[in-house]
Amino acid sequence: MDYLTFIQLLDSTVRLATPLLLACLAGLFSERAGIFDIGLEGKMLAAAFFSAAIASLTGNVWIGLMAGIGASLLLSGLHGLASITFRGNQLISGVAINFLAAGMTVLIAQDWFQQGGRTPSLVGGARFEGITLPGADAMADTPIIGPLYSELISGHSILVYLAFAAVPLTWWLLYRTRFGLRLRAVGENPASVDTAGISVVGLRYAAVGICGILCGVAGAYLSTALQAGFVKDMSAGRGFIALAALIFAKWRPWYALWATLLFGLFGALETRPDVIEALIGMKVQGQLLGALPYIMTVVILAGFVGKAIPPRAGGEPYVKER
Amino acid sequence: MDVMPKWAEVVLVPLISLLLAAIISALVILAIGEDPVAAVKLMVTGALGSTYGWGYTLYYATNFMFTGLAVSIAFHARLFNIGGEGQAMLGGLGVALACLYIPWPHWSLALIGAAFMAGLFGAVWAAIPAWLQAKRGSHIVITTIMFNFIAAALLNYVLVNMLRPKGSMDPATARFPDATNLPTLHDLLAPLGIAFSKAAPANVSLLVAVAACFALWVLIWRTRLGYEIRAYGHSESAARYAGISPVKITMIAMIISGALAGMMATNNVMGEAERLVLNSTEGAGFIGIAVALMGRSHPLGVFIAAILFGFLYQGGAELALWTSIPRELIVVIQALVILFTGALDNMVRIPLEKVFLALRRRKTRGAG
Repeated sequence: MDYLTFIQLLDSTVRLATPLLLACLAGLFSERAGIFDIGLEGKMLAAAFFSAAIASLTGNVWIGLMAGIGASLLLSGLHGLASITFRGNQLISGVAINFLAAGMTVLIAQDWFQQGGRTPSLVGGARFEGITLPGADAMADTPIIGPLYSELISGHSILVYLAFAAVPLTWWLLYRTRFGLRLRAVGENPASVDTAGISVVGLRYAAVGICGILCGVAGAYLSTALQAGFVKDMSAGRGFIALAALIFAKWRPWYALWATLLFGLFGALETRPDVIEALIGMKVQGQLLGALPYIMTVVILAGFVGKAIPPRAGGEPYVKER
Repeated sequence: MDVMPKWAEVVLVPLISLLLAAIISALVILAIGEDPVAAVKLMVTGALGSTYGWGYTLYYATNFMFTGLAVSIAFHARLFNIGGEGQAMLGGLGVALACLYIPWPHWSLALIGAAFMAGLFGAVWAAIPAWLQAKRGSHIVITTIMFNFIAAALLNYVLVNMLRPKGSMDPATARFPDATNLPTLHDLLAPLGIAFSKAAPANVSLLVAVAACFALWVLIWRTRLGYEIRAYGHSESAARYAGISPVKITMIAMIISGALAGMMATNNVMGEAERLVLNSTEGAGFIGIAVALMGRSHPLGVFIAAILFGFLYQGGAELALWTSIPRELIVVIQALVILFTGALDNMVRIPLEKVFLALRRRKTRGAG
């Protein structure tokens, strides 16, 4: 494998890891506050549709992004209503949200565009185009560093850089601010947070809201940057891979980056069987690569390789003592 | 003392939840510019207006009875088996192996053998997450989700690389031999002088599903094991004090659950397709969640809810055929049912409990 192929492989790794990373951080906020969220998939899908649909109608991808975030926030609100206000089962609520998004996106897409559940292809200002970083073209011919900078680091859409910037930001927010401390506390021991006179419900809604925003960006990235338009079920299980990455990362921001990059690499390798064959000298089944994130998550969850311990109050609705 | 009388708990709460789901579905139909009343009429004539429609309704209902029961038994042990889809896929593999490689003399023997294999494969696929939950403490919801994806990849691999007949491009097995083809309701009812559509796929496995409903009712409410499962579901610590082993109950409940989900394959793979194709389950494993929630995890409730969802599926297909309403409407309805009967249960229950409390207070005051 030559150097340029290697760079290209890493480039598509970054592209494929971006939606996983955003969704993974989304889940991190929610689950760290004690709200399990298996509805990441549905929120991404809804955001993917609404951002593509509104971007195609207005011709402005930024309005599309806002619409996507709005749709995702709406579903987050529903999840909050069910699991915080009405103290329902968070897992069942997540399942419902996934189906609601899967059905409604196609229903609305058919009603608005009559193209069999897809949006028209996005062109021009209705899409996030790659950004050429300063000096990328000039440096392209420099050996080693040139392709690294111009192919791998430069040329992504703004949302990719946003996703990577979200990692240190999340870390800072969770571990260096008062809000972060309280958010983590509410996922471990909500009663103590309540005793300190801080609203458990408010904190949890805030966490679920941040989760909605990040899922919205992830979905918008799928339909307006990675691809040019929405197609039925386009999230294709990414919400669940992000969930797997979250467990793999043991609910920590920096680990989340590495986990999603690893799973992104699997995705990139799946499309390049020639590279795998050159690397390890034998054919690897595409199905195995596709299933690898799930298998690795099960192994990690089983605690055979470093145990993943979820936030202690995760999944439990908080009932104030009277 | 319970706040609500039993009939309200069993009938009124699900009925109100269902009504809410129906109202929102009607609003959705209105919003996309169609007439909800006409849509319901079309669904009723399409799904229940002919023996052909009934044949499809009951065919779908058979699938949902198996997966609904599977989710229910796990719910009784307070386990959420979201992996019915994967277990049913593996069940399909079991059926395919049994039908392709064993020369069955008669369909009845083939059905017993295939049901056993389907149950075994489904049970094994559920037993691994169960063991991981019981022994290693890994959350069963996450592992069963992961196992759905692993099952899909495994099935894809097996169909493409092993079971696909030579020269075929289609990732599917060869047709099963004729001796394994199950009689449809037409074949079963014809000797009794009842005319039933020949084209509809409902088949003898419907009777297996109904028998499974009854068997599960006996198991849950009439046996010691069922008592232990329910006790464990109500309170793990109390069950432990009573000498009930959490590991044993988790394993047994999930094995029964997986076996039931797997046995769905006798209907869709053996009874209808008569070969194993990719995505043969078509989401029936997930519909089992809605069915179990709506049926309040009671076998009779599951039976009724499964028929309702069978009606929705067949009716929805008719809608997609004759109107501009896409099939995905059923997915929305399914989501709303899960939402209102499952996640937002308290939204219906709390106001209702207040009403009953107020009524009771007035009654006691009147008596005193």
